[in-house]
Amino acid sequence: MPEVREPAPSPDRPRRGGRGGGVMSSTGLYIATGVAGFFFLIPFYLLIRNALSTDAEITGENWKFFPTDIQWSNVGELFTDGTVPFGQSLWNSAVVATLHTVGVLLVCSLAGYGLARIPYRHANKVFYAVLGTLMVPTAVTFVPSFVLVSSLGWVDTYRGLIIPGLFSGFTCFLFRQYFLGFPKELEEAARVDGLGYWGAYWRIVVPNSLNFFAAMATITFINGWNSFLWPLVIGQDPGSWTVQVALSNYMTNQTVVFHLIFMATAFSILPLVFVFLFLQRWLVQGIAQTGIKG
Amino acid sequence: MSTTETRDLARPAPAKAAPAKPRRGLRGSPTFNFWLFTGPFLIGLAIFVYAPILWSLWLSFFEARFTVTPDKFVGFENYTYMLTNDDFVGSLGTFTAFAAFIVPTTWALSLSLALLVNRLRFMRAFFRSVFFLPTACSYVAASLIWKMSIFSGVRFGMMNTVLGWFGVENIAWLADPNPPWYWLVIVTARLWLQSGFYMILFLAALQNIPGELYEAAAIDGAKPGWQTFRYITLPQLRATSTAVILLLLIAAYQAFDEFYNLLSKTTWGRPPLVELYYKALGESQDYGSGSAGAVILTVLICAVTLLQGKFMGFGRGEDSK
Repeated sequence: MPEVREPAPSPDRPRRGGRGGGVMSSTGLYIATGVAGFFFLIPFYLLIRNALSTDAEITGENWKFFPTDIQWSNVGELFTDGTVPFGQSLWNSAVVATLHTVGVLLVCSLAGYGLARIPYRHANKVFYAVLGTLMVPTAVTFVPSFVLVSSLGWVDTYRGLIIPGLFSGFTCFLFRQYFLGFPKELEEAARVDGLGYWGAYWRIVVPNSLNFFAAMATITFINGWNSFLWPLVIGQDPGSWTVQVALSNYMTNQTVVFHLIFMATAFSILPLVFVFLFLQRWLVQGIAQTGIKG
Repeated sequence: MSTTETRDLARPAPAKAAPAKPRRGLRGSPTFNFWLFTGPFLIGLAIFVYAPILWSLWLSFFEARFTVTPDKFVGFENYTYMLTNDDFVGSLGTFTAFAAFIVPTTWALSLSLALLVNRLRFMRAFFRSVFFLPTACSYVAASLIWKMSIFSGVRFGMMNTVLGWFGVENIAWLADPNPPWYWLVIVTARLWLQSGFYMILFLAALQNIPGELYEAAAIDGAKPGWQTFRYITLPQLRATSTAVILLLLIAAYQAFDEFYNLLSKTTWGRPPLVELYYKALGESQDYGSGSAGAVILTVLICAVTLLQGKFMGFGRGEDSK
């Protein structure tokens, strides 16, 4: 091995110099990437094209690459058309995903910190009880969970949509891993200040972990917004549908109004596109952290 | 990459006056604080995770139709019923076929995308975002685009339009199990949705490969390209690859959204969760059999996870696939 170590490249910049995997010339590389990118963008193109067309043009004889006359009025129609209560669904999704995110971060980060940092004789046993839940995919237990939640009378309520999903063993585990690596010196400072565990956590630990919290919040929000099976089971009444359940119901509807369905889909994706554009840094960091440390 | 290296320590704790009496640890009883911190989570875990699992286990030994407080104990009858039930066993077959399609293709595509993006000099962030953006879409939204636009069985569907230019007749992609074109629809939808996510994992892993390895390989006369990839890159990515395959398997196992939405009301192409959904919450409301099915699935997934864990722990073979 050579003695001279090159500095580690920053994660967002390609390495200089001939690195591995160079079968293709750079022209070939760009052609291959471009072709792949083209295919990846087709669904977005179709979504926007259909959302801004009339039904006659979507179902027309000849393929229209772009709407002849962009139907901006479809936006208003989506929110005024009585047959699709989409505004309510958007609101439900916003409430559920936001409260889900806040709740998961609060409950799981506290537990993760307790498991990682507070000396207690049986902490390991408690940790195994948390790990055990990772073996059972939550989706598989939706039948008894539904039974439990409906016997509490929480069907069609925000409580039923949010609370059962707050106790994620996986998120708790990730927070524990993170806090295990949290620098002890900072808590030393808290000790010198005479703070207790609770005060040290809120005044020292959380403010110094905002990056990790942001990464976890981004991922949790996306999962909450996109979840489908649980809201489908709980949302029996159209008034408590989330956007995902609403879209699913429009799909099986007998009277298909294409442009409205695609406009609704576009609106269901829009908030997350914003999340992606503005929070991509945390998202990528979060995925790298939730993924595997090689 | 350990988190301590990347943490931003720009905000040190505000220094205050020295305390009156020095202490060994933080104030307060550790035991009380441990329960204070973990209590809310553990209570929720007991009620919403452990209780349903145990209830499910209990229900699976009873005849429970339209009721969740049954009194007729039937032993292992529900299990034998499920394991000999063509629909349920068939759903395991559907999952196996699905996993056989989706796991290798996603692995290959996400790794290829990562290798491409990793070599780009210009427009790198742009392409990374393009491949990553589908992750923002829900399975429901993707199913809708696939079902009503790309693979719509009627003439104005995109695939049928494009094939029509070449004189191919309309294909009913989802409405006809023979030939099973619906697999193409399902697999492409999931590929599009999840490849970007795994690409990010591979990108992070690629950037963690020490540069000296490539220099050493070059000195040893390894040709750039296939040889370097085969003897340096792939082995270095083994941990990530294994983890990605495990994640893909678990995700495929829990597939529900796209099957439910793409194949609504069909009797074919039902993976286990969709089958359970219709069994337990459908017309028959058979909670006993549904719970037995859930227990069987849980046991299966535990077995796979443990096997994979063993394989990850001791996987020291040449093959990194």
